[in-house]
Amino acid sequence: MNNAAKPVKLKDLTKTFTTATRGEVKAVQQVNIDIQPGEFFTLLGPSGCGKTTLLRMIAGFEMPTSGQILIQDQDVSSKTPDKRDIGMVFQNYALFPHLNVFNNIAYGLKLKKVPKDEIVKRVHIALNMVQMDDFAERVPSQMSGGQQQRVALARALVMEPSVLLFDEPLSNLDAKLRVHMRDEIRRIQKKIGITTVYVTHDQSEAMAVSDKVVILKDGIVQQVDTPQRVYQHPANEFVANFIGKANILDGKIVESTETRAKVEIRGVVFDVPVYKKRAKGTDVRVVVRPESVLVGKQGFTATVTKSVYMGTTQDYRLKFEAWDVEISDNNPTSKRVYDEGEEMAFSFDPDSIHVL
Amino acid sequence: MSIQETGVQSLKRNKFSEYFQQMRFTFRDPILLVSVLSVLIVVVMFILIPLFTILKESLFHQGKLSLYHYNEIIRLPYNLDVIWNTIKLGLSVSAVGTFIAFIFAYAITYLKIPSKRLFKILSVLPMISPPFVISLAAILLFGRSGLVTRTLLGIRTDIYGFWGLMLTQTLSFFPIGVLMLTNLLQNIDPSVEEASQALGASQWKVFTTVTLPLMIPGIANAALLIFIQSLADFGNAIVIGGNYTTMAVQIYQQGIGSYDMAGATALAVLLLLISMLGFILQHQVIGKKSYVTVTGKAAKDRVLIRNKKATIPVYTFCMAISILVMAMYALVPYGAFVRLWGVDYSLTWRWMKYVFTIGMPYIVDSTILSALSTPIAVILGLVSAFIIVRKTFPGKRLLESSILMAIALPGTVMGLGYVLTYNTPPLILTGGSVILVVALVIRSMPVGTRSAIAALKQIDPSIEEAATVCGASSNKVFTSVTIPLIKPVFFSSLAYAFIRGMTLVSTIIFLVSAKWQMLTVAIMNQVDQGLYGAANAYCLVLIGIVGLVMGAMSLILKKMSIDLGAGY
Repeated sequence: MNNAAKPVKLKDLTKTFTTATRGEVKAVQQVNIDIQPGEFFTLLGPSGCGKTTLLRMIAGFEMPTSGQILIQDQDVSSKTPDKRDIGMVFQNYALFPHLNVFNNIAYGLKLKKVPKDEIVKRVHIALNMVQMDDFAERVPSQMSGGQQQRVALARALVMEPSVLLFDEPLSNLDAKLRVHMRDEIRRIQKKIGITTVYVTHDQSEAMAVSDKVVILKDGIVQQVDTPQRVYQHPANEFVANFIGKANILDGKIVESTETRAKVEIRGVVFDVPVYKKRAKGTDVRVVVRPESVLVGKQGFTATVTKSVYMGTTQDYRLKFEAWDVEISDNNPTSKRVYDEGEEMAFSFDPDSIHVL
Repeated sequence: MSIQETGVQSLKRNKFSEYFQQMRFTFRDPILLVSVLSVLIVVVMFILIPLFTILKESLFHQGKLSLYHYNEIIRLPYNLDVIWNTIKLGLSVSAVGTFIAFIFAYAITYLKIPSKRLFKILSVLPMISPPFVISLAAILLFGRSGLVTRTLLGIRTDIYGFWGLMLTQTLSFFPIGVLMLTNLLQNIDPSVEEASQALGASQWKVFTTVTLPLMIPGIANAALLIFIQSLADFGNAIVIGGNYTTMAVQIYQQGIGSYDMAGATALAVLLLLISMLGFILQHQVIGKKSYVTVTGKAAKDRVLIRNKKATIPVYTFCMAISILVMAMYALVPYGAFVRLWGVDYSLTWRWMKYVFTIGMPYIVDSTILSALSTPIAVILGLVSAFIIVRKTFPGKRLLESSILMAIALPGTVMGLGYVLTYNTPPLILTGGSVILVVALVIRSMPVGTRSAIAALKQIDPSIEEAATVCGASSNKVFTSVTIPLIKPVFFSSLAYAFIRGMTLVSTIIFLVSAKWQMLTVAIMNQVDQGLYGAANAYCLVLIGIVGLVMGAMSLILKKMSIDLGAGY
């Protein structure tokens, strides 16, 4: 399966529904995305953000109201799904219940009139890739959800499509299997190097598998970036809150260059990295992740309102003026633990403060 | 908010162009376009236009728009009697039939009693038998030369009229209520009733405070359904109604008997209105109020009630009805070999010989026409269900409601509509076989559509989408995924369409000709002339053909499910 990976380009893609109850609903608005060949690209967002609509437009099940979908610079917007050379894995597996595993995987090959011995060969390669070699004769109802999803993946892979689409493929699996399967999907994707578009609402899943993530809200792109940059440098408050936990506080620029700035937060001045120069005295919002709060370091003091032992961390909530500050203190076994009601001194790691 | 800014005008234009775009998107696929068009054409030509013709004819007299035909109904007290007869009978049959149906359904799902299989089979039997069997048997039992009335009791009374119709219609239509209510009762989560018991309710209290209230929408639904069936019933009404004339029979007698088609139209419109009212009530008002979810199965098995105070009376009741029905079904084959019922009970081959010589054309025609109409009805039914559930296209709502409405259309009304529409140019079909096949198709297709719609809604569309992504065109998806997935519906539609074809009488009685005859019409004529032996023999042959075909079909079904593996 050495298919040359292909790029996918979404140009001004918009989808508007007219519903009886809510009038016009803009499910997807003016989306422009370039997906590189071989990239694992994830559409991430809360339910109703338009990510599934976007994926189904790429697949050809939904019609864009306007805009274009290009696969390898070829506009496929007017093609039916069976002519788009895509593979798709569905949330509920969508295996054909009346066919066994072998025939499920062979289904598309038979339609293409691939010679019989080649079908057998290719199905077995696909089965081997998803580590389901011994299951060829089973029918879907005799398999667990995880096994069914592996077969569904094999069914998509066997066609050697230009693009592989995943529609929340792990959300019907239990937590442990979910982690295992996402690693599997990533492993196989890397091995084949196929361009992949993946839909999920689970941010940790998105972080774990993706080369790039797009965060959508109400059909509008919020940020397109690598998982690291999305976490460390969220484009706005929505992204900051959606990806991981975030403390968002008010600050003021004391002085600023192109790369560093002095920001005053509640009377304490921090020297933080920035990406553009801002005028002195500008009010800004800053994001501090819970694990970037330094417990016991002089700076601020506040009362602990919640203290929970989580094993790898000790999690606190502090009442700090008008805000609730969330803290995640690493490796608590060797540290002092604060109880609820105690006063705590804390500060922020300046390099981890992100100015929005 | 931007909607108000851009103004209503452009919103309309937007909506239109959006709609137009959606159409182009849907019909990227020519096969889909062809299927939608062919289903639409069939529905418009053979359901909507005939109904429209009746309505139009009823409003014209001597070439002018007038309410003359409606005035005639009010002017003649006889017609008012007919209307009142129909409604009185419908209400009575509906009340008694629903009551029996509920007891059967409750016994099957809730009680620990023997012979449940028998009750289940008996409750399906009247639906697959010709409409005459029960009436014929009722005449054999209680008629002028009846086994009970004349031979045992020695009285010379007769059953023709209200009570005869009441008996035969109730026995014919309660089974449909049993099926419906059994389904609903099975979907009540037993834990609701267990919760009531845990709160201190006795079994009787559980029944009256939980089970029964939960079932009220279902019961009302069943009652309406039986009411509609009674209104539309032609077979029983013509055989056993005697002087108690119902609207369905009057439409036929006026239209065909007195050659007064126009006069029959007003009555047909009235019957249509009452049926449609029942149908709309059933679907709109009550359909939405159902407390019982029909999606999943109940979470666990129900603990059956063993209390003898409940089981003994209910069992006795169900058994009594079952014995009556069984006796009736046994009587007809027996009667086929009796020389002269009520007078000379010696056995003879005479009637069977008669049926297989003089009656042969009827048998052959009926079988050929039913066999012809069956695949057409099944394919149309499945295709229409598929496009209704899975696709968006203009006229979809009209299509869906027309097909579902056609289930409730009285057969005589349809028959009248066909005669009025298709015995004048531009398209003359009467007298030939085409219109008979059309009638058989239209009378069985809607039921197939309905069950296929229900089955398709249970199947996740992503299974079909997965096939599309694998490179399957829309007709390939339909034949390689959709049909195999709804195989049980496919086969039950096949069986239903054939049985319906063999047993239909109301619509086709308007359409038979010297060239093409039907078995059911032959039976009716024999009963009319009092030749019960021949009528019985025809019935026996009809049941035999249906039995043979059903047997063959279930054999094929078994073989196919073995081939496809036990998993599905």
